[in-house]
Amino acid sequence: MAQLLVRRPTLLPDRLRARLRTGGPVQRAMLLTGALLTVLFVLTALLGPLLAPYGYAQLQDGGRLFGSQQHPSGAHPLGTTIAGYDVLSRTVWGARTALEIILAALLLSVVPGTVLGLASGYLGGRLDRLLVGLADALYAFPPLLLAIVMSIVISGGQSSLVGGLGAAACSVAVAFVPQYFRVVRAEVTRVKAEPFVDAARVIGTGTWRIMFRHVLRNSVRTLPLIFTINASEAILTLAGLGFLGFGIEPNSASEWGYDLNRSVADVTSGLWWTAIPPGLAIVLTVLGTTLLGESLTDLADPRLRRRGGTSTKATATATDGGADDD
Amino acid sequence: MTDLLRIEDLHVTFDTDAGAAPAVKGVSLSVAPGEILALVGESGSGKTVTAKSVLGLLPATATAHGRVLLGDGTADPAEDVLAASPARLRALRGTHAAMVFQEPSTALNPVFTIGWQLTEGLRAHGHGGSKAERRTLAVEWLDKVGIPDPATRVNHYPHQLSGGQKQRAVIAMALALGTRLIVADEPTTALDVTVQAEILELLHRCRTDFGTAVLLITHNMGVVADLADRVAVMSEGEVVEQAPVRELFAAPAHPYTRELLAAVPVFGEQSRTPTSTTGDEQPVVRAAELVVDYPGRLGRKGFRAVEGVSFEIRPGEVLGLVGESGSGKTTIGRVVAGLTAATGGELTVFGEPLTARRRTRGRAGHIGYVFQDPAASFNPLLTIADSVAEPLTVHRRELGATAIRAEAEALLNSVHLPRSYADRYPHELSGGQRQRAALARALALRPPLIIADEPTSALDVSVQAKVLDLFTELQRELGFAALFISHDLAVVEQVADRVVVLHRGRIAASGSTAAVLGNPQDDYTRRLVASLPVADPVRQGRREHALDEGVAST
Repeated sequence: MAQLLVRRPTLLPDRLRARLRTGGPVQRAMLLTGALLTVLFVLTALLGPLLAPYGYAQLQDGGRLFGSQQHPSGAHPLGTTIAGYDVLSRTVWGARTALEIILAALLLSVVPGTVLGLASGYLGGRLDRLLVGLADALYAFPPLLLAIVMSIVISGGQSSLVGGLGAAACSVAVAFVPQYFRVVRAEVTRVKAEPFVDAARVIGTGTWRIMFRHVLRNSVRTLPLIFTINASEAILTLAGLGFLGFGIEPNSASEWGYDLNRSVADVTSGLWWTAIPPGLAIVLTVLGTTLLGESLTDLADPRLRRRGGTSTKATATATDGGADDD
Repeated sequence: MTDLLRIEDLHVTFDTDAGAAPAVKGVSLSVAPGEILALVGESGSGKTVTAKSVLGLLPATATAHGRVLLGDGTADPAEDVLAASPARLRALRGTHAAMVFQEPSTALNPVFTIGWQLTEGLRAHGHGGSKAERRTLAVEWLDKVGIPDPATRVNHYPHQLSGGQKQRAVIAMALALGTRLIVADEPTTALDVTVQAEILELLHRCRTDFGTAVLLITHNMGVVADLADRVAVMSEGEVVEQAPVRELFAAPAHPYTRELLAAVPVFGEQSRTPTSTTGDEQPVVRAAELVVDYPGRLGRKGFRAVEGVSFEIRPGEVLGLVGESGSGKTTIGRVVAGLTAATGGELTVFGEPLTARRRTRGRAGHIGYVFQDPAASFNPLLTIADSVAEPLTVHRRELGATAIRAEAEALLNSVHLPRSYADRYPHELSGGQRQRAALARALALRPPLIIADEPTSALDVSVQAKVLDLFTELQRELGFAALFISHDLAVVEQVADRVVVLHRGRIAASGSTAAVLGNPQDDYTRRLVASLPVADPVRQGRREHALDEGVAST
């Protein structure tokens, strides 16, 4: 029995393969769908320039304007927008911007959150109380409002690529730094009490070495699960900003939220092709990362993980104490 | 006579991430009414899984084949637990067989009173008419299992009872339902030795007074010799030998049983020749009137773990620190190592007074520490060689990576671990191998002092013997002084030159091992020595008398 409980430092691919074998059918489907959508999204973002028929800010081809609100056709598989951009190209290019915002938001929230959580949890004392208080205070900020303020501060309200990305990344970071902080801090306070940390202290290991060699690596197991939630939150914030008109101008980058904003009027006049592609792109990307995160959480927890091959005979489980339940 | 329980060719397999793992392979056992059958084996032998299958308590990941037949002793056992419906299983539990768990504090619900939990069982099985009658029954049973002042105790919550009293209450719950068979899974392992003796006495009375049969799961051969009529020895999921207790101890047939019995440390037989130390040498550790307080919560008084303890350890000497749980023995070890601060008194380590400000610095590397749980004392992400080399990497960085690596391998070699183990991770080693690696790590800087905190209590008895031998061998070879903390008198007797017996943070007795344990002068030590179960049924005089009674009542 004890053998089963021993923690194994395996690499993710190995673990994923093992989970795929053992998980229930629903969990397996969730994991596969999530992984598929996420891989598709990342590939689209990386290969965007090759896949998209035109540039994101291109209005004409060979001296001829695309025209406004053109129906889908051979030249424009998904038609054109009211401003005369090619919808398919804008949607494909939008994946790049989405990936950039994810990376920026992750970088801005994971690094400070983890370092602060480690310091707070391991050193404890006054620093710990101060940081926990600050993290609680940060929960009070509404992220979207903060993003709007940020975009005004960073670019003076002008919607450049850097301004839009920076604003969204900063506001997502403000919302997520406390989450990383709390998760890492809780793990660190647990790991700190483990005998192997005591063993390191008895040897006379310095505080920094204990923190980074012994504690940190044993405390970040659950972080990949927050990454995925963090990623979808980042996309949604950027799209929200764009939709409200604080996003990125169409000639600096393609952004799904902005395109949605511009297509609001089209929906009422019966033009489906301008709103659905960017909307669907947002939904599928967020769905993919969320599904991936959810199923990883389920499968990493042995209590939520279902195993096949149990006979009905032995599954007659019961509560402890035997007789005194009703 | 018909059997109460008959297990026929039981197989239990667990589904794991790594595929199916068989835990029990074709076990057949039977328990007669009023009989005490001990199921012994080391960890992983499948004894607990076998016991749990009797009550249908196997987890959902287990698959069981075979038959587990329960009866009431009047006819041949007919109910197959493995095939019973959940409703029938509920009816069987409690009336035909009840379970007593290892940890009594987790087997009781902390938010209900003892009395409520007792009456709940009675109500579920339709015993006792009205609420008041059931309550009277509950008080009666608490009295019968020896809980003092049962009329008041019935209203107490589990945390208000001591560990032994909780275990008594759990047994009362089983007996109150008139169960024919008690399945006791390591019922005394979590308890102190003096309390263990009382619970064993109670289990004895279950049989003599109430005619209840007991299926006793244990790894402790002393408990077996004290209590059992028959013994079944399990190893790797199979029963390798079944025999009446005296036959088994007198003439073990199977080699595994012989090995198991040989490994049990026998108290009072092997005393170590004390290391000759000249009195004028400077002691490695000198503690005078040491006091350690743990701060209380807001508005509550703190807890004094150690009160006025004085002792000294001379170079090359092994000092045994003995005591029951809560006696402050681990706290003293942590204070000497600098992991916990002392509140009062004087502590001199290597001739330097220990102050709160510079606890670990300066002396770092002069003390090796071996922890109780070898599974938790290694960083799971570092290889064994990395962990063993860690002290060298921290303090002797100038040696360079190659020399450190060579030194780590030499250390592993000195604790008899093959070179191929160097690049394994802690989870890939067995408990005994891990503890040997822990010893290697503690010795990495050739410290003049080793603190060993219950180094063998998490290990199986055969592994314990090997680790103790290794410890003694290395101590003789390297001549380090040691503070050896243990609750097991037999272990301490084997390794220590001098002994300090702690009782509730104070010293109850101290002196040379032979004097303190061989001829105890104070009451507490005498009680401690008397409660020790001896792994020899013939020497357990009390059994003679009790056995006769047992036969008469069935």
